[in-house]
Amino acid sequence: MRYSGLRVLTEGLRGNTGWKPAWRDPDPRPEYDIVIIGGGGHGLATAFYLAQEHKLRNVAVLEKGYLGGGNIGRNTTIVRANYLLDGNSQFYSHSLKLWEKLETTLNYNVMHSQRGIINLFHSDGQRDAYARRGNAMINQGDDAILLDRDGVRRMIPYLDFDQTRFPIYGGLYHPRGGTARHDAVAWGYARGADRRGVDLIQNCEVTGIDIEGGRVTGVQTSRGAIRAKKVGIVVAGRSSQVAAMAGMRLPIESHILQAFVTEGLKPVIDNVITYGMGHFYISQSDKGGLVFGGDLDFYASYAARGNLPMAEHVVEAGMTLMPMIGKARMLRSWGGIMDMSPDGSPIIDRTHIDGLYVNCGWCYGGFKAVPGSGHCFAHLLATDKPHPAAERYRLDRFTTGRGLMDEESTGSQHNLH
Amino acid sequence: MLIPCPLCGPRDIREFTYRGHAAYLDRPATEDWSEAWNDYLHLRENPAGPTRDLWFHGQGCGAWLEVARDTVTHKVTSARLVAEEEA
Repeated sequence: MRYSGLRVLTEGLRGNTGWKPAWRDPDPRPEYDIVIIGGGGHGLATAFYLAQEHKLRNVAVLEKGYLGGGNIGRNTTIVRANYLLDGNSQFYSHSLKLWEKLETTLNYNVMHSQRGIINLFHSDGQRDAYARRGNAMINQGDDAILLDRDGVRRMIPYLDFDQTRFPIYGGLYHPRGGTARHDAVAWGYARGADRRGVDLIQNCEVTGIDIEGGRVTGVQTSRGAIRAKKVGIVVAGRSSQVAAMAGMRLPIESHILQAFVTEGLKPVIDNVITYGMGHFYISQSDKGGLVFGGDLDFYASYAARGNLPMAEHVVEAGMTLMPMIGKARMLRSWGGIMDMSPDGSPIIDRTHIDGLYVNCGWCYGGFKAVPGSGHCFAHLLATDKPHPAAERYRLDRFTTGRGLMDEESTGSQHNLH
Repeated sequence: MLIPCPLCGPRDIREFTYRGHAAYLDRPATEDWSEAWNDYLHLRENPAGPTRDLWFHGQGCGAWLEVARDTVTHKVTSARLVAEEEA
């Protein structure tokens, strides 16, 4: 069923009785050309682009829970392309271009809102660093505007500009950045993949990966064995457990990242704002809740919930930046499991096992990458060649030391990002 | 989370800095680059469940601890001083 304004109107007149489920709920077939493990944003996007771009439709997505039940529904919905380093810069630029036509591509409203992102800076040194980043973004063909203090004040007058510890010197404005409705992204890709013949199989946990003579032959699941010529692992925080089924260890540690939302308020924060001196960023959802987050808790965790010290830190940082939010009541906090790589950048690559591919290491930045990651991973699965926008995301860069992408310049070891 | 420091007693995690899996204690014998170093620095079992990792009690006694805990429940079961010889 194609969605349109006319359809909404006619269904409204018919009492909304004509809507059909957005995707089928098929049983697994015994064999597929390609099996994708993980029905989150990245896995569903991969399946969609396999079907749409490469006309590969004998494809299944295996999801142990329900579609989009993991990090795609747990993030803070920010979409941006403001990376500095070669490798990341072209990938996120590629992804943002896919975002900009996503609703037409999917015939689905993902509520992509390019409301602009402002990264605040609080010292001369930080201004220089953001000027450099802005130039890199412009060189990549994306947009960046360096705002001085008055420029920021005109846009977001409610910040505490004169706080004694970290006064605001200005900000790097990325107008094409913004937010999107995260669940809708998963649903849109799921519907698009399903309509093109991909089987989306829920409640189907992969329990083993079959390998014969160095080549993958299929997977064992809670719903029986499924043969496959190619298998892609796209399971975010659970990457290490699934890779272990193939006898692999990955350069990944799973960490906890918390997010928070307040009660619904009248529109007050128009953009996405990040604080340069405390780890804090904030936007306002279309329902009115202030959605904000900060840094990792910084210890390995699969708990999907954090501890209070980081919650306290994030809230304190927010109060320092914009004291007015102190009157809002926090409704919920939750955690997502981040697949942290040593250099803070992702991996989209083949493995040493023929037919087995891995897409992981998205750290705390996977949401904005969903279209690009799916597009590039589909390209790799279909053609066995890396997509030019993701060719730097090699699995062996830690072994060789070549092509590390340490965006924060903190080093290429675990727990530094 | 409270970590039972053998010297200070149970202390809040605010006092500690996390270093990573206790695999960091098994440093390769040779200084030359080899797969062993890649294993040591990068590859991880990354367990969902019981784990052992290193925490530095910077705002306490300054000792390095090897903490046994569960990554799924956040339950901390024990901690020992890294400086003490393995029993």
